[in-house]
Amino acid sequence: MKRTLMALAAVVTLTVTGCGGGDDNPLQSGTGGGAGGGSASSGAGGGSAPAGAIKVGAADFPESQLLAQLYAGALKAKGVNASATDPIGAREAYLTALKDGSIQVMPEYTGSLLTYLDKSATAKDPDQVYAALKTKLPANQVVLDKSAAEDKNSMVVSKKTADKYQLKSIADLAKHQNDITVAAPPEFKGREQGLVGLKSAYGFTPKSFRPLKSSAVVQALKNGQADAANIFSTDPAIAENNFVVLDDPKKLFGSDNIVPLVAKANESQVSAALNAVQAKLTTQNLSEMLKQVTVDKKDPDKVAEDFLKQQGLA
Amino acid sequence: MINQIWTWLTDGANWSGDDGITHRLVQHLWYSGLSLLIAGVIALPLGTWIAHSGRASWLVTAANSLRAVPSLGLLFAASMLLSSKFTGDTDLPYLVPSIIVLTILAIPPLLAGAYSGVREVDPAARDAARGMGMTGGEVLRQVELPNALPLIFSGLRSATLQVIATATIAAYIGLGGLGAFLRDGIALNEYDAAAGASVLVAVLALAADLLLGVVQRLVVSPGLRTTRTRTRRNRRADATPAAAALGPTNARS
Repeated sequence: MKRTLMALAAVVTLTVTGCGGGDDNPLQSGTGGGAGGGSASSGAGGGSAPAGAIKVGAADFPESQLLAQLYAGALKAKGVNASATDPIGAREAYLTALKDGSIQVMPEYTGSLLTYLDKSATAKDPDQVYAALKTKLPANQVVLDKSAAEDKNSMVVSKKTADKYQLKSIADLAKHQNDITVAAPPEFKGREQGLVGLKSAYGFTPKSFRPLKSSAVVQALKNGQADAANIFSTDPAIAENNFVVLDDPKKLFGSDNIVPLVAKANESQVSAALNAVQAKLTTQNLSEMLKQVTVDKKDPDKVAEDFLKQQGLA
Repeated sequence: MINQIWTWLTDGANWSGDDGITHRLVQHLWYSGLSLLIAGVIALPLGTWIAHSGRASWLVTAANSLRAVPSLGLLFAASMLLSSKFTGDTDLPYLVPSIIVLTILAIPPLLAGAYSGVREVDPAARDAARGMGMTGGEVLRQVELPNALPLIFSGLRSATLQVIATATIAAYIGLGGLGAFLRDGIALNEYDAAAGASVLVAVLALAADLLLGVVQRLVVSPGLRTTRTRTRRNRRADATPAAAALGPTNARS
């Protein structure tokens, strides 16, 4: 009886640890909740991993899990003994895991990580953010090359609107401000990375503003209740609905390029393989892969494998 | 906190413009008024007919069970189902689900008020009217409806109170109204606006109730006020919530 109970307890523990987080994008809040830290060492404990084995961590949202699979797949293709962990949690949790050696590689975002390490950071341009980030990292951690792919706030219009007004950037949108209704979450109205900044950086004051929840924002843009919307740049809805992401020449929304954060001791072992992946990633192909994961419900490891094969990386 | 709320309420700048209190107040009354109107057009004739004819009284029970439906959940469900049906730069995908939800909220008290008002008319009065040779329609118009007015009003006042208080949720699917201050205030940590708007909603609901109370005093026959208290005491056991909402101040002049 006792043995049965123990076995049952073990199964329950495994099941609970295996469950990932929800779909919420913790980038939005900068500092997410610290939940999930307990599963940091699921799989193999940090110390017991065989020499040379690389664990790629993942945060608790689908994009991070996908990136972890991409990195792990690319490493395996180069003969490195690598695997992706189960989702760990928010930034607080996975940075601890990296520090204590439970993981060696972690997909990160330049802007979000920089503001996490240095609250007063002001850099906005991708290269400046990347350079500033390198100076703020702990001594035993390094970042590899940043990729062109970014996950950040962006202004998005429908294909029809983009064609109608010949829109390429937010500056073009500002020229037609009297015809533009903007849909975004309610807080967009009062934020610097929102209507306030759009006005000061681009002189853009929309005709009207529709405060909506995130899924309703996509609906509003799709059905024409809004002409422009605030959506994350890798949101699968962009590819799905042929939305057009407008350039942000004034860098109002900063830069949040994807970058691998690596334990210094493992840098030489992983840098070639991971930088090859970084070179191939774009916001668009990342968003397409993310669509396969969140909309078509494919396994992240399968999607990652297909992409690596396609790009000649595996 | 009280000071901050007061400052927010008395700052003239907060009252003007599209995001101002005046505009939000008008929007709030518009959503509430439209919902009450639609609910009244449906529930008052239906309740009267059910009580007068004695048929389909299960409808009143069924409508009462609607009170158990959580408005916010229903709002999100309705908005998901309906929002893709509208295209173009219009408020309809947000307005239609909100009005539907508020109408559903207002129907049960209105229906119960009309139904119990007409049903509980003194049978002696009804029989006397028939004995005088009145037709069914005449009995309804000249005897049953005037006698039912106190309970119809109590249903209306109860519905108005609930609809005005609940219309704040319309802001959560993208409409305005006083709920917009709650939505934006919570999102942007502007708690003075959120708290100030809550005060305004409460004041608005009480003011509407007061107004309807005055109208009720003007239109209800004075002769009903004394008999009302006597009959009320007799049927306290089966009083509907709508009837229970009829305060003693309305019943006795």
